[in-house]
Order: sequence, then structure tokens, then C-alpha cells
Amino acid sequence: MSGTNTIVTVIRGFDVARLRRTMRLGLKTLWMHRLRSLLTVLGIVFGVCSVIAMLAIGEGASYEAQEQIAKLGSQNIILTSTKPSDDQKLSQSGRTSFVLQYGLTYQDLNRLRLTIPGITIVVPSRIMRDYVWNISRRVDSEINGTVPWYPEMRNHRVASGRFFTMTDMDNCTSVCVLGAETVPILFPFDSPVGRDVRIGSDYYRVIGVMEPRSKVVQPDTSPGAAKPAAHQIFIPLETAKTRYGEVLLKRRTGSLEAEHVQLHEVTVRVHNRNRVLAVADAVKEVMERNHKKKDYEVVVPLELLRQAERTKQIFNIVLGSIAAISLLVGGIGIMNIMLATVTERTREIGIRRALGANRRDILTQFLIESVILAGTGGVLGVVFGILIPFFVSHFAGMKTIITFWSPVVAFSISAVVGIVFGLYPARRAALMDPVEALRHE
Amino acid sequence: MVTPIVQCENVRKTYQMGLITVAALRGISFDIYPGEYISIMGPSGCGKSTLLNLLGCLDRPTEGHYRLGGDDVSQLDDDHLSAIRGKRLGFIFQSYNLIQQLTVLENIEVPLYYQGRPEAECRAISTELAGRVGLEQRLHHRPFELSGGQQQRVAIARALVNDPLVILADEPTGNLDSTSGADILKIFANLNRNGKTLILVTHDPGIAKHCSRTIRLRDGEVESDVRH
Repeated sequence: MSGTNTIVTVIRGFDVARLRRTMRLGLKTLWMHRLRSLLTVLGIVFGVCSVIAMLAIGEGASYEAQEQIAKLGSQNIILTSTKPSDDQKLSQSGRTSFVLQYGLTYQDLNRLRLTIPGITIVVPSRIMRDYVWNISRRVDSEINGTVPWYPEMRNHRVASGRFFTMTDMDNCTSVCVLGAETVPILFPFDSPVGRDVRIGSDYYRVIGVMEPRSKVVQPDTSPGAAKPAAHQIFIPLETAKTRYGEVLLKRRTGSLEAEHVQLHEVTVRVHNRNRVLAVADAVKEVMERNHKKKDYEVVVPLELLRQAERTKQIFNIVLGSIAAISLLVGGIGIMNIMLATVTERTREIGIRRALGANRRDILTQFLIESVILAGTGGVLGVVFGILIPFFVSHFAGMKTIITFWSPVVAFSISAVVGIVFGLYPARRAALMDPVEALRHE
Repeated sequence: MVTPIVQCENVRKTYQMGLITVAALRGISFDIYPGEYISIMGPSGCGKSTLLNLLGCLDRPTEGHYRLGGDDVSQLDDDHLSAIRGKRLGFIFQSYNLIQQLTVLENIEVPLYYQGRPEAECRAISTELAGRVGLEQRLHHRPFELSGGQQQRVAIARALVNDPLVILADEPTGNLDSTSGADILKIFANLNRNGKTLILVTHDPGIAKHCSRTIRLRDGEVESDVRH
């Protein structure tokens, strides 16, 4: 057999022009059976489209959650006072005291500062609820007595004017900074900076306005705890102490309740980002040792962030499996149709073999057809997969993010599916005996 | 001295059908010279189809040698046989065997396509050949839009497109009415006059008498080999 190679040259290797002609032929053949091709492709279209759409919606949702958590500050640990549940109150003293004492204390603050290294700034705040007035306009808001470095610590910046300073703190000046949400209600026509507002019976000079803040989903919403309200006003902590004292009177329907709460919220900043969780544990321990009843809550944004990431990971795994299954089903659909096509076109295969086609030519021809099917499905899927999130965010108002890689990956997988599931039918076509194939009716 | 383009030397073909071995060809030998117009005849089951498959390089003999254009092709591998078919042979079938999704022109081009010839060249040769078989008005029609006679003429053009050493025709007029059949035979006679070597498989003695030589098979052996 040594001389056989010289008889004829067998065409091997890759030829772009030839490939293009084969592709054109494939397109033409598939176009002849439009409906069948369309139905075959649908499986892949749905697979790819659902992957991209679901990923975009999931990505959007987790982005929003992460953004909110990041606003709390990933290096922060936030301690909040919570009102202990009723049975705890009773068991503690045996009777309900008129002045209910609970929550974070200045002592806690000192203890944390002294015992835990690596935490530098601590933002305490007292939160009162009251009406804020501008002449006859009023808004029910949360009065947050806090320290000058609050904006920096909580990633909540001042939009115009300034935040109060240490001097304001020391002098207990009556100044306030308005939350962005209160401005349109209190000062619908002009700039609030430099004007006065009344809180309770005292007047405060407005020195600044904060940036608007998206609704922060606070994980703690136990009843009685200072719930984050949309309307916030910031005053210096010292001012708050002198004006409101330690005891808060709350008018409830039919009763009067007094609470003694020193601090409502304390934000601890950890210097080293990697030690946040360790410090959080330490904080929890210090607090546990000094509070018999659970009248506080520790929120670690980083922990929440991690949790959100884990949730997203699980979500991605679930999505991935759904995608894999739908693409598998789509691939099987393609394989099924290609097998039917090969059988149906046995005669054509025989003719082509007789006219000089070798096995590779036949293999390529059928493989290209299945890749075209899968590829078209992929393209249509990508188009729909991009359109659907667009409509979702347009009509349902949900944030959606289409990451660059998701259409690319989805499309490549569909192409791979075309090759994998097209290979068996194409091989079957290629391995047909030309004589048998020609005899086939 | 003229060298034969087809040489069969004691060609045997046996099939294994379950436990039974069936001998379809039992030692066939003949030579075919350029320009011959040969008919192969015989009753059904005599091995005509098997012989045609071997001559067409669609199958390999179990024993013996088959030389096509001087080269022994009896034990070539599939890829080489495919290339040989594409380069040296032209096929014409009883049922035309055109590819339905292709136009007349594209059908004629198929053998050239598998030889990797450039598209423009294929186009030119095919158009020229379609003209020669009288189909210049039908270049872009599909096979189902043509009559039987026209389809067979497309098949003839396709068999000529690669300028083969031998044209093999299997009952080329079997599906045609007598007028179209006569037309096809006229084309064959013309081709033969121009030096083409043709091998016709038929059971119609009327057709066989157009040929210059008739090989009769019976039970897998050559019964007679007559030059007219």
C-alpha cells in the first residue's frame, strides 16, 4: 500500500472557502424545512434566554442588596438598642417599672473602646421621634443625636451646607442637618440651609442637607426598637442630651410610657478590614458579659455582605443547573431531529459519497447543520435574554444587570451543545456504507 | 499499444449473510480500453450490481485486482476510494439521483466541490456542460421542476463535470419513456464518438445493441464478451 498516496491526493485540512460553501448549503437545507428547524431551535432559544434573563434579574437583585449593605459600611459594626421583650422585663424585676431602662450605655461605649484593640472611631447616636416644624409644615421624623464624624462613618454624605463640628458638640448649639427626604415637605420652595426649624419647643438652625438615601433594609425590626424612618434629622449628640435628657416619654394610645435609653445606636469602625468578623465576635462577647438581658443587637454589614454573596452563589448554582438542564433538553432535541434528517437523507448521503465525498465531508456537512441550528438558537436566545430583563426593569421596576459574560457564555455553550449533540448523528451519516445508502429508498 | 483503463483480474466478491457465505462474483476478468462503449447484461441476481459497485469504487473486491487508469484500487482505504470516485468516475443512475435541495447548476457542480475546486471555476464548467445537454434555460430550477428526461440530462452533465476516465450508467433509461430514453442514448452515442468510455448496465437488448461491446454475466461469472 506504499504507493497509494501517489494515485490521488486526498483533500485534508481546513479550507475557509469550502467551509463557507458548506455553511451556505446547510443554511439552504435548513431553510427548506423552516418550521422544523424553528421548532428544533426553540429548545436552545428558551435555554439560553432563560439563563441570561434569570442571571440578569438575580444579578440586579443582589447588586441592590449589596449596595444597601455597603452603605452601612463594610468595616463597621453597628450596635443598636432594642427594647427587651415583655416577659424578660417582668422576670428581671418582677414588676413593670414606670421608667423602663434598657439599651446601650455610655459605659458600654467606654468598655468597647478600652478592651478591644483596632477600633478607632465610635459613632454613638440617640434616636428620638418627634415632629419637625417649619411654621405650619410638619413632618414626623427621627431625630438622630450623633457625632460630627457620622457622615464619613456611615457613607452618608452631606449634599449641601455642612455637617456639625466638634465646636457645635461642645457648645451644645442648636443646629441641625436635614435628611434629603424631609426637605420637599418642609421647604418645598426654597433652600433650607440657613433657615430655622422647630423640633418640640426648640428652634434649630439648618446648616446642611444630607444626600438622599435609598431605603435601608435594616435586619433588626423588633418592635419598639428605633426603626429607621424615611425622614431623618441630625443634631449634635450633646445638644440631644441636654434637650431631651435621658428619659424619653412616649405617648401611646391610652398610656404614657417612659424609657431610659442612653444610646440608641453605636457604630464601631474596625481599622483592619480582615479583622472585622473577629472584632465583631469580641464586641458580641463584651456586650453579652455586661448585659443580662438581650436589649441590644449587633449588626455586622460585612457578615450580611458575605451572606448575600453566599445566597447569590447558591442562586447561581441553581440557575446553572436549570440552564444546564434546559440546554441538555435543547441539545437532545437537536440530536433527535438530526438523526431523523440523516435517515431521511440517506439517499443524498449515498449520492454525495458516489460523487467523491469522503467521510469527513459528510461529517462536516451534518455537523455544520446542527451547529447552525444551535447557533441560531443561541443568537435568538441572547436577543430575547437581553430584551426580557429590559422589559422587566421597565415595567416591573426591578433592577437588572446583564453582565458581559453571561450572553457570551450562554452562546458558547449553545454552540458546544450543537457540536456535542450533532456529532453522533453526523458520525452515523459519515459511517454509512455508500452502496447501502444509494440503495435506500 | 493502447493500455486498458479498466482491468479486472479474477475479481471475486463474497458476502457473509449470517452463517452462509454468498458468492456474488466468482472470478471475473476483462479489460476495457479507452473509447469503448460497453453494456453489461444479465438476468437479475447475476452480479451486475455488485460488479457495478466494484467498478464504481463504491466497494472493494474480496479477492482479485481491479486497476483503474493503471492503478490498483482494489485495496485502497475509504478516503482514497472517495477521491478516486470524485476524480476518475462519473455516475448515472436509473432514478437520476439528483440532490433535491440544489438547483440544476449546483447539482452539476457537486463532484467539483468535493475536489476542492474554486467556486468560480465550478460555475463556469457547470454552466458550459448544462448548455451541452440542452439545459441552459433551466440552470436555476430545482430537480422536481424538471421532467424525467431533463433530470437525467442533469445527471449526465454531472457525470461529465470532472472529466472522468469512465462513465458508469446503471439502467439510465429505465425510468424514462421511449422518446426521452432515445434522447439519452443519443447523448451517450455522441459522448462515445468524442472519445468517452462508457459502461452501461442494462437488461434491455435494444439498448445493448447501440454499444460496441456486450459483456453478459450469469451466476457471478462472465458468460460471454462480444464485440459488435
